[in-house]
Amino acid sequence: MPYLGGEETVRELRRALSNPNVQSDPLRYRNTILKVIRTMSQGVDVSGLFSEMVKACATVDVVQKKLVYVFLCSYATLNPELSLLVINSLRKDCQDPNPMVRSLALRNMTNLRLPSLVEYVEQPLTAGLRDRAACVRRVAVLGWAKLHNLQPSSEIDAAVVNELYSLLRDPDPVVMVNCLRALEEILKEEGGVAINKPITHHLLNRLKECDIWGQCEVLRVLQRYRPQSEDELFDILSLLDSFLVSPHPPVMAATLSLFLSVSSSLPAVSLAALERVSGPLLAACGSGSREMRFAAVCHIQLLLRSVPGLLGVHYKRFFCGYAEPAYIKERKMQVLVELVNDENVAMILDELKGYCTDVNIDTAQAAISAIGRIGRSYSDRCLQILTGLLGLKQDHITSAVVQTMRDLVWVCPQCSDTVCLALEGCEETLQDIQGRQALLWLLGVYGERISSAPYTLEVLIDGVRSEASLGIKMELLTATMRLFLCRPAETQDMLGRLLHYCIEEETDMCMRDQALLYYHLLHCGIEETRKVLQGRRSDPSLGVLIGRPAKPVSQWARCFNTLEPLSQGAVEAESASRGSPEHMTYNPKPNADLSDTLSCSHIQEIHSGSDNAMRCSDSSTDGLASSITAPLSLCLSPAVSPEDFEHLWLQRQALHTERGAEKIEVVDCAWIEECVRCPAVLHCSPQSLQAAMQLVNIQTLAFTPKHTLPWRVYLYTHTQRSHSTDAPNTTLILGELLCTGEANQKAGVKKGTADSEAGAEGKEDQLVRKEMVATADRLSEDGQEEEEGIKVTLNQQPRDDDALRQFLTVLTTVLNTLSSEKD
Amino acid sequence: MISQVFILSSKGDHLIHKDFRGQAGNDIVSTFYEKVTALTGDQPPVVMNHKDLYFVHIRQGGLYWVATTTVGSSPFAIIEFLNRLAALVKDYCGSLSEKSVQMNFALIYELLDEIVDYGYIQTTSSDVLKNFIQTEAVTSRPFSLFDLSNVGLFGAETQQSKVAPSSAATRPIQSSREQGGKSEIFVDVIERMTVVIGSNGVLMKADVEGEIRVKCYMPSCSEMRIGLNEEFSIGKSQLRGYGAAVRVDECSFHQAVRLDEFDSHRILRLCPSQGEQTVMQYQLSDDLPSALPFRLFPTIERDNGGRLLMYMKLRCDLPPKSAAINVCATIPVPKGSVSLSQELSSPDQSAELKPQSRAVVWQIARFAGGTQLSALFKLEVPSLSSASMLEVGPVGLSFELPKITATGLQIRFLRLSPVQPGPSQRWVRYVTHSDSYTIRI
Repeated sequence: MPYLGGEETVRELRRALSNPNVQSDPLRYRNTILKVIRTMSQGVDVSGLFSEMVKACATVDVVQKKLVYVFLCSYATLNPELSLLVINSLRKDCQDPNPMVRSLALRNMTNLRLPSLVEYVEQPLTAGLRDRAACVRRVAVLGWAKLHNLQPSSEIDAAVVNELYSLLRDPDPVVMVNCLRALEEILKEEGGVAINKPITHHLLNRLKECDIWGQCEVLRVLQRYRPQSEDELFDILSLLDSFLVSPHPPVMAATLSLFLSVSSSLPAVSLAALERVSGPLLAACGSGSREMRFAAVCHIQLLLRSVPGLLGVHYKRFFCGYAEPAYIKERKMQVLVELVNDENVAMILDELKGYCTDVNIDTAQAAISAIGRIGRSYSDRCLQILTGLLGLKQDHITSAVVQTMRDLVWVCPQCSDTVCLALEGCEETLQDIQGRQALLWLLGVYGERISSAPYTLEVLIDGVRSEASLGIKMELLTATMRLFLCRPAETQDMLGRLLHYCIEEETDMCMRDQALLYYHLLHCGIEETRKVLQGRRSDPSLGVLIGRPAKPVSQWARCFNTLEPLSQGAVEAESASRGSPEHMTYNPKPNADLSDTLSCSHIQEIHSGSDNAMRCSDSSTDGLASSITAPLSLCLSPAVSPEDFEHLWLQRQALHTERGAEKIEVVDCAWIEECVRCPAVLHCSPQSLQAAMQLVNIQTLAFTPKHTLPWRVYLYTHTQRSHSTDAPNTTLILGELLCTGEANQKAGVKKGTADSEAGAEGKEDQLVRKEMVATADRLSEDGQEEEEGIKVTLNQQPRDDDALRQFLTVLTTVLNTLSSEKD
Repeated sequence: MISQVFILSSKGDHLIHKDFRGQAGNDIVSTFYEKVTALTGDQPPVVMNHKDLYFVHIRQGGLYWVATTTVGSSPFAIIEFLNRLAALVKDYCGSLSEKSVQMNFALIYELLDEIVDYGYIQTTSSDVLKNFIQTEAVTSRPFSLFDLSNVGLFGAETQQSKVAPSSAATRPIQSSREQGGKSEIFVDVIERMTVVIGSNGVLMKADVEGEIRVKCYMPSCSEMRIGLNEEFSIGKSQLRGYGAAVRVDECSFHQAVRLDEFDSHRILRLCPSQGEQTVMQYQLSDDLPSALPFRLFPTIERDNGGRLLMYMKLRCDLPPKSAAINVCATIPVPKGSVSLSQELSSPDQSAELKPQSRAVVWQIARFAGGTQLSALFKLEVPSLSSASMLEVGPVGLSFELPKITATGLQIRFLRLSPVQPGPSQRWVRYVTHSDSYTIRI
């Protein structure tokens, strides 16, 4: 900030400083210097006073000394020659009997940041390392780090490094910690200070003496240590346990970081640590300092990535206070969305509903999109709230609701009826670009069900000349095209007008090209157009993608306790302000860890394409190479909607029970029931189950939450036998996994088909028993052995026993892999 | 590791600027201020970055306290450091404001010099720092008649002098050695309530976060013993004895507190260092021992003239002798509300419509326990629809309850041993604040 009259002030100050009367009066002299520093911190350049200030340095008054040093350190780099004068008086101070003066002189000597003075500084620094007073040693140790950074090229004397290492055993804890810091800087090229077993144990033993800053530093450095044995690891962890629940958030966070890095190979230990740390983290969420609250909430988001259900019971802690700033509220809502479960969903929605009418527009919109996210699993309740909000007729709320509905409908197409009803009449309230774009998209895609759609579009088309936003014009064009496909009579005229405008009058090239493209497309015939414009429908199976699968701790452990989770960019990934959902490619990335474990258990790895539909390929060369039968691949398309599934399932079940005890040999339809022993599957989260199934191209359609009984999962897939040169051998398999929990899984043992391929693979032991075509009543008669297991009921059409058996192998292996992972 | 620390006023004036590592240019302060003011929304987020440099800042006393650092630093440590720095400045300067920072800049530079060296935090303990800090604090205290009224007729002690003036604890800790050893110690029990009451009057959430803060002006430290209620218990599992038990869910102590008498007699022992420190923190959720301090009974309807009528009855359920002060109810109203006419039940209340924040703010300076106030607000809303009713509420209440703790925690005694030679004064104060007190309609 420029300061008016700066030069005048400097001149006046110089006069005062060189006035002998002032110099002889200590109090006046000090006050004048005070004035200089004040002008300096206001941003005025007072470097011209350097020589006067150097003179002021020679005084017995410690306060004055300190003030002058503040000045000298700021301007030394501008006056290297004059600074030489200061060194003399500083070196003299280093001999002072008062340790405070010694440390002050030493610190400022190293703070001058002048490479030319290094030779004068080294000697006092060496002496400082052996000083009696701890405060001098503290300064001297860090002084070497400063010196090193001043001349990074020159090597620091090995003797100094050795001395610093020996000072790690200094009785003063701050000197010890400073040594660590200095060595980290000096030995940066070699990877920092050597962390070996004796040093680690020494540091750990002295951890209690340090204050919280020292503890944080030591814990951070120790992250590099790798214990040599498991016993040592657990010794360290139990020693640090009390720090994990420290009331000081910095210590707690640093300890958790250390836990995560040391026990990276033991996921169970990491998870236990996360559980233990959740208490202190929650306490930090209620801290008096809101910046601290923010930091804690951001880190809880990280934790939730790996342990989604961790804080479910504490959801009330994340309700927003009404005076909290918007940035905290937004994060808290994101956490609330993650914590939703059957018990608390009503309370959370009720709370979020209250935020939707917040004065702060950002908060209101964030609350609405949070409700939309919850709507993916609890669509009815959320849609009810969202439609209620439309009644408020406020532009920012309506806009956010329409955008949220657009996103929701893409993921859960079954909501479309409610959404279509709600949309009527909200075009009047919409003002902003994003909201109108969302509305246009919805009108285009669901135009046949919204009676007023053509009229809404017509109004916009009439006003297209005055429309400023390119995005809206593009969306309008596409929406009109789409509507034309389903309601040609009403739309034909306006489409003609719009195309004419776009091609003849529009100045924007993109817009014009797009219109020309559509124009030519229409020439190719209505079927072609339909293929292009309606080709991409949302996948109904997206609806069951309830949440993200739990990620391994290692994915985020690196950025725990850094500024990364707090930075602005971190949230953007989830932000709602994007274009139409179809532009966002849904890319089911295979979970790296999971696919590794699966591929070694000879399952066909199926590559998932980057586009929405998964392609199948038989990469099972190594896996089933020994197998006699042809390799089988699974495929998800054509998709089966939940309704279709239910219909088919009930139909076949009826067919099956009808036939009673006799074996089904009629029709080309197979019905088998199996028992697989892998009880731990019950405890794995729906997300990971789903992810695992998707990896091998089995789609789960519906499942009960974990730990509930009876536990059920419904799934389907298509099998393809690629080898067969004859007819394309595809079958549809529908399946149910059921676990009633009690040891009532009675299944008959019949190893009639033990010569299956699975047996040849040596997988028989995992497949407990296998029974083809058994009826329900027979099962209950035969089975006497009681044990917990999962009843698998499969239904195949057309019948292909080999394919079915292979599919069962795949399924069993997935389930077993999941169970073993849980252990 | 901290590269720089600076303190800015809310208008962006540079008050303090200290560069520890000499790596960044001087214009970085202006860069920060530009970034902060360019953000939308009144509350900028805590962390911002400019190329590789990260700014972490907190707001205290209307000032920006900023540290610059690299991405790998611990946010917890830096935020805690800035909070601690602000607390130390407050201890040394007496109060925290733009003016006090401006007047004491030399002292703050000195403090920073001792606290941080080369970007590494050395110590923040006021016990250690007091040996190094030489500069005297400059305070400006407005002349107050209140000081005079403490002196009774012919110097006799009046009743009033038994109550410490509210400004007693806002003075610098250092001046004690000059002022002839006015050694005092303040123990504050401060609780913050977070409450959500549903539209049907059911309590949905109640959290209390409390702390015991000691502010010590004793020149020489001696051991202090703080006795809490004997029936104080921690955790849910413990059985309650007879009488009103005081219970908290979780409790943590300052590391200097010795707890050898805590289990048997609920006594905390510590040697307080000069300045302010939090001795104990505790939390209680969902199970308050006493009734909620406030209940609201709203009736909202539309009259024939298209006006919105809000009839609010607010009841204070505190014990009759005590009172709440600075009560302020914020009632969100429909967008586009034009004017407000009001009927309040007593003259010491006031209410106004704040179109900016779309709310009616109803203020009550003092609200005695066991009483009830009512207000009728008539709002002129041109575009009133039935859906607009949804926009009314939830009501946010802010208040201060002096001499009351929501958990019932009390300090039985406060003993200093060995007994101080000079005259020493011990003060115990209780206060409960509303952190967030929300009543749905």
